[in-house]
Amino acid sequence: MTERYVGQRITRNEDPRLLTGQALFVDDMDIPGMLHAAFLRSDYAHARINSIDVSAARKRPGVVAVYTAEDLGDYWRPGPLLVPAPHSVENVIFNQRTQVPLVKDKAKYVGEAIAVVFAVSRYVAEDALEDIWVDYEPLAPVVDIERALDSDAPLIHEGLDSNLCAHLAQEKGDYEAACREADLVISRRIAIDRGAAAAMENRGLVANWDDKSQQLTLWDTTQAPIPVRNGLAGMLGLSEHQVRVIAPFVGGGFGPKIMMFLPEEVLLPWASMKLKRPIKWIEDRQENFYATTQERGQVHQAEMALTSDGRILGIKDVFVHDTGAYDPYGMTLPLNTQSHAMGAYDVPNYLTDAKVVFTNKMIVTPVRGAGRPQGIFVAERLLDLAARKLGIDRIEIRKRNFISPDDFPHNHKIIDQAFSPLVLDSGNYRLALEQAAERIGWQEFIGEEQPRLVAEGKHVGIGIASFIETTGIGPYEGARITVEASGKISVATGVGTQGQGHFTSFAQIVADQLGVSVRDVHLVTGDTAAFHWGTGTFASRGAVVAANAIYAAAKTVRAKIFDLASKTLETPKEKLELVDGHVRVADIPDQAITLGELAVLANPMRGAVEPGSEPGLEATDYFGPRYGATASGTHAMILEVDSDTMMVEIKRYVAVEDCGTVLNPLIVDGQIHGGVALGIANSYYEKLVFDEAGQLLNASLADYLIPSALEIPRIEIGHEETLSPLNPLGTKGAGEAGTIPVPALFAQALEDALADYDLEILEMPLSPNRLFELMQEARMERGDA
Amino acid sequence: MSDMRQISVNVNGCQYDRTVEPRLLLSDFLRHDLGLTGTHVGCEHGVCGACTILLDGQPVRSCLVFAVQADGCEIDTVEGLGTMEKLHPIQQAFRETHGVQCGFCTPGILMTLVPFLEENSDPSEPEIRQAISGNLCRCTGYQHIVDAVLLAAEESRPEHSQ
Ligand code: FES
Ligand code: FES
Repeated sequence: MTERYVGQRITRNEDPRLLTGQALFVDDMDIPGMLHAAFLRSDYAHARINSIDVSAARKRPGVVAVYTAEDLGDYWRPGPLLVPAPHSVENVIFNQRTQVPLVKDKAKYVGEAIAVVFAVSRYVAEDALEDIWVDYEPLAPVVDIERALDSDAPLIHEGLDSNLCAHLAQEKGDYEAACREADLVISRRIAIDRGAAAAMENRGLVANWDDKSQQLTLWDTTQAPIPVRNGLAGMLGLSEHQVRVIAPFVGGGFGPKIMMFLPEEVLLPWASMKLKRPIKWIEDRQENFYATTQERGQVHQAEMALTSDGRILGIKDVFVHDTGAYDPYGMTLPLNTQSHAMGAYDVPNYLTDAKVVFTNKMIVTPVRGAGRPQGIFVAERLLDLAARKLGIDRIEIRKRNFISPDDFPHNHKIIDQAFSPLVLDSGNYRLALEQAAERIGWQEFIGEEQPRLVAEGKHVGIGIASFIETTGIGPYEGARITVEASGKISVATGVGTQGQGHFTSFAQIVADQLGVSVRDVHLVTGDTAAFHWGTGTFASRGAVVAANAIYAAAKTVRAKIFDLASKTLETPKEKLELVDGHVRVADIPDQAITLGELAVLANPMRGAVEPGSEPGLEATDYFGPRYGATASGTHAMILEVDSDTMMVEIKRYVAVEDCGTVLNPLIVDGQIHGGVALGIANSYYEKLVFDEAGQLLNASLADYLIPSALEIPRIEIGHEETLSPLNPLGTKGAGEAGTIPVPALFAQALEDALADYDLEILEMPLSPNRLFELMQEARMERGDA
Repeated sequence: MSDMRQISVNVNGCQYDRTVEPRLLLSDFLRHDLGLTGTHVGCEHGVCGACTILLDGQPVRSCLVFAVQADGCEIDTVEGLGTMEKLHPIQQAFRETHGVQCGFCTPGILMTLVPFLEENSDPSEPEIRQAISGNLCRCTGYQHIVDAVLLAAEESRPEHSQ
């Protein structure tokens, strides 16, 4: 069989709908009689609520209902813990405090929902928010994560004796012993601050309880429709078959749209049942800043011990991770950080100690990258500083420390976010590094161009950074593939899609197996009525877990096609071939039958079928990897700093990625471009700025600077392909890789561009202002201010 | 609230007469009163550009205009460009270069580009980046969008169509 589609740059099946404005997004839903919801949110980061008066709001014409926590009765309960604490590590502390549907007595972050209004239009619902009176008693908030555990810090959750959410230490080897043998120990404080995922589409929901059929339908901008369905059914006391969750086209996910059981998602279905009306809620951009989950806040005290020839003997990383006001996502993020703070390197001794703290800020859950960029930042920064100190070239020191290609699978002997041993399955890190150095012209730049430009007074720098990305974790995904009577193929799978091109890359796999055009494969995704087993799109797992389930199901259908065709054409299977939607006898092309005809034969309307046979040309299959596949790569960049304005121009950007088998290079390139753009944003443009009272100061797109086409450079992409041995297709995830190394790379290139200042960049995100301050500080230290 | 206004607009060649509240945003009017949901809303404060439409031929952010201000105007939205069967050349170029990922920003970017390409048949990459700098996209890193514009411009030039 020839592979006609997998690996090709196939244009996307879903594009005509998206390009003509015909694709359905949640806010496009309109149901007669639909009400609109608006939420009253806390103005304070930490405040006791003495009373709430909603009487005026209830009287406003057009308002149908106003609810506070009190009105929810038994339905009021903290949300589920989405990821439990790892049971397999000793001495884990985890204090479960999940979010509540509406604040009962104490608001714990600015934007926490206090009351909800349902009215005939969104305009009226928002008017009615103004009618609600809340008697707040402001309390001192916890904002600075490094002070959250101070003995005099205000306590966020009653019933705990501090703001400690979790503590998890892991060790391999003996770091202290390694340290004693080291020629050099680099020890630094490293800080990474918060940013927003800021998908262009805000969150939204339409809930419709139909009293006659006793069915609840929820259109939800979720990345995980099946768990949402199962969870809601439980909360609402319905059978899972009474709840259908549809994630239609979703305008970007990036993590926070996993959004399982935030207040809005819990309240709308309940209210729709109570009011017997369809209800819509569409988040506005300001709410997206206050009430959609965020990420990245961590402060590390990190050490690297090395020999004088630059070999890493050990890493010690003690860090604090900000989980915000609640912890529904368990310890996924600090575990990811722990899994990545060794970078792509062979680190014989590792001690990692994470304390997770509660703060009076929005809840933290994964955002594209998900704890990994922080880990890579720690590993790469320490290694760069060591290289500088030891006088070793930045490329050379990486080569000396990479895990060697014949050392895979490489067991790091700690656990990862899936609580499995952190085993890196495959890779060849040196190849990507060499390719990146070659493409960016490392030698020429350092040898000729940079000295020339520096002599002209320019501040130009080059950087190179390597990374790994654990991807494609289990537990499993599934798919059902059916040959329809038309001869077209339908594929149903559970993962939601937010722009990753699943309608196309998954169709390519099926089209190759079933000998049809990729345009004749129709994918349904994110509708629990079509497929109801699976978990969702996160952790760069679609192309690994769902794709392999689809591959398995397609192979089974292929076998069924050959079985039936062999009987029908009275020809042994070996003599048959499957091309262009026909099964035909290899040497006699006109002796053929179409897939559509076979599908009809497989589903007879009369007569007896053989015992044990299943109707139709259909198969359902599942795939669950033993553990995650690890992608990797190296990025390089050249940038110039304007020393008057501190604006940075990226002159060249090279990304060399290894995500195993590439299903569709066009789509993978797009994923990398988008990932790198977010990484650049995380490095120099986007930062959520909170004041001492816990107020977010830049909650609009006018103040929170998402880079435009002028700031994001052209990105040159190179590929290495080491196939994952853990799945039949050999894929590894690619969704987050682009983002992960960028802050580390950006910092290194800035240091290089400003070499005369001898800067150490140990924080992210930066901004022109902050870079200016760092340069001033460096000058003062040198005494030439 | 009660003083409703009568307005009459021409959208994609069709005439609509409606009664609206003065405070109704043009974006909401198009999406929810007329059901033309191809125009998207990403911020409602004039930054993201997702809601861009043509108002009397000029690209405008429909979230910054009240529906009553469009009374008597001609409006073009993404629904008026091409159809699924026959994409407009700029839409076709977006498909060929993978200029769309989630597609949420896309309608606004297309409507920004239509007049841009009419005025610039041979734009440079910096000019294209400048032209779309008022449209945010979180998925693509803009590169494939820029490629789409280069391709559309190339294909529209006379030497190409021979
Ligand atoms: S919605 Fe109009 S500019 Fe963002
Ligand atoms: S394609 Fe998703 S925002 Fe542009």
